[in-house]
Amino acid sequence: MTRPENLQKKLQHIRATWAKHCNQVLYMSSQSSDFPTVGLNISEGRSQLYWKTIRAFQYLHAHHLQHADWFLKADDDTFVVVENLRYLLSHHDTEEPVYFGHKFWPFIRQGYMSGGAGYVLSREALRRFVQGFSTGRCKHFSFVEDMALGRCMETMGVKAGDSRDPNKRETFNPFRPENHLISPKNGKQTWGYNYYKTSRVSAAGSFSLKILVILHLNLMVTVANTV
Amino acid sequence: MMSEGSSFMKGMALGGLFCLVMTYFETFNPGIHSEGHLHLHHHLKPLSKEELQKLSEGQMSDLTQQVRVYCLIMVTPKLLVHWATANDTWSKHCDKSVFYTSESSKALEAFDLQEQDEWARMRKAIKHAFENAGDLRWFFLAQPTTFAIIENLKYLVLDKDSSQPFYIGHTEKSGELDYVEYDSGIVLSYEAVRRLIEMFKDEDKCPERGNALWKMPEEKQLATCLKYSGVFAENGEDAQGKGLFNKKSVSSMISDSMGQNPADVVEACCPDMAITFGGMSPSQMQVLMYGVYRLRPYGHDFHDSLTFLPPKDSDND
Repeated sequence: MTRPENLQKKLQHIRATWAKHCNQVLYMSSQSSDFPTVGLNISEGRSQLYWKTIRAFQYLHAHHLQHADWFLKADDDTFVVVENLRYLLSHHDTEEPVYFGHKFWPFIRQGYMSGGAGYVLSREALRRFVQGFSTGRCKHFSFVEDMALGRCMETMGVKAGDSRDPNKRETFNPFRPENHLISPKNGKQTWGYNYYKTSRVSAAGSFSLKILVILHLNLMVTVANTV
Repeated sequence: MMSEGSSFMKGMALGGLFCLVMTYFETFNPGIHSEGHLHLHHHLKPLSKEELQKLSEGQMSDLTQQVRVYCLIMVTPKLLVHWATANDTWSKHCDKSVFYTSESSKALEAFDLQEQDEWARMRKAIKHAFENAGDLRWFFLAQPTTFAIIENLKYLVLDKDSSQPFYIGHTEKSGELDYVEYDSGIVLSYEAVRRLIEMFKDEDKCPERGNALWKMPEEKQLATCLKYSGVFAENGEDAQGKGLFNKKSVSSMISDSMGQNPADVVEACCPDMAITFGGMSPSQMQVLMYGVYRLRPYGHDFHDSLTFLPPKDSDND
């Protein structure tokens, strides 16, 4: 997911690096361009974020539903180790209604996936999400994209999957590696991370060997499709 | 007839005299050429993939077992956090690592040299390391602000004979002197250290406490003493000529490259088999450690012909 001013600053670096490891990549923005980006016909800004996400998934559903098995949404400041994502998803069935990411617990009973860490939907999950809006069962009730999407998922019976490794370490990470690797001196997490259900293991142990997503490299938002 | 003959004789005499004068001046140059080998290759590269593939399994196994590294990490209490980080991370990949400190610290263990002068400290550390090397034949001298990938160091010296003098790192020139930059790490073979320690005895050429008015940084003092022993600095590079020893951090090198080569950022700047990086905070070192040794893409094969096993009893990754 991106915005027009970030094409050169951020998006080209994503394109030059990890995006090559996807089967297909789409760059979603408010405006179409020769980059190429898909224009979603909304405006930019935090308050529009959920609309943007909804439109992006509707676009995917309309044009690419059969082109991939799994659909990853990432921001333009996300880094993804795609091989490890494939490894995670190889254990699951895309016709099951499930989505994966970094699970937060407040507000939604089954939990919801952090927008910043990126999340990936199965084909059935994508169908149900789009259906939720076309039937009116899901509404744009908040602009907090990740939490609102999580509510829609719960409503439509899409399971919030567990993406942790065998040692229960997170594979989707909302922050930069150093924030996850090194415990802060005062014991408090950065930016209200009391959204973690389990307490984190000390520095060396808390980071999964197979991390999927690390973040906030100063780049833009993109949507990528992966198989 | 006679006049031609005498011209010839005059010519011969003049030529002979000229020759004598030239050789006379030459001997006054400080001993650049040592007896025996003239190590004048400036660029030192690792074995190529093709050469490596030609070796038998037995040969490969021998090489991997022979190349063992003694790390001398020069610390001070001022650098406590870097010291702790080096202790916790890359130094575990050395076959033996010893922290040499200027003064002891209650927080961390080290060999206390009780010496404030940097050059004197370096000399003492090197002597101590040589005496305690056991069967280790390569020495790596670094500060805790440097991050090193010892496996790549081993790969660079794999086919080099440690009983020959080697002095490797990122080379710089100061007037006539080629020296290895301290900040990006210094590699010395056993023979280089042996000669160096001999040269330590010469108070004229290699004084322990230099002139108080004009103090040369220890990296240049080291280079001078080594040069007198016939050991010359060599720049460690990969097959494409990219420097393997860096005093900048990864992000710094990549940022620079993004400005200069936006189309081909990583390929233009940074060697895959880099040995050292510098200028990083302790947190950044932890991240790099994670990135180099823990994080890996599942199923991706690096096709390495050799395996460097962790040192005995180490708890490295």
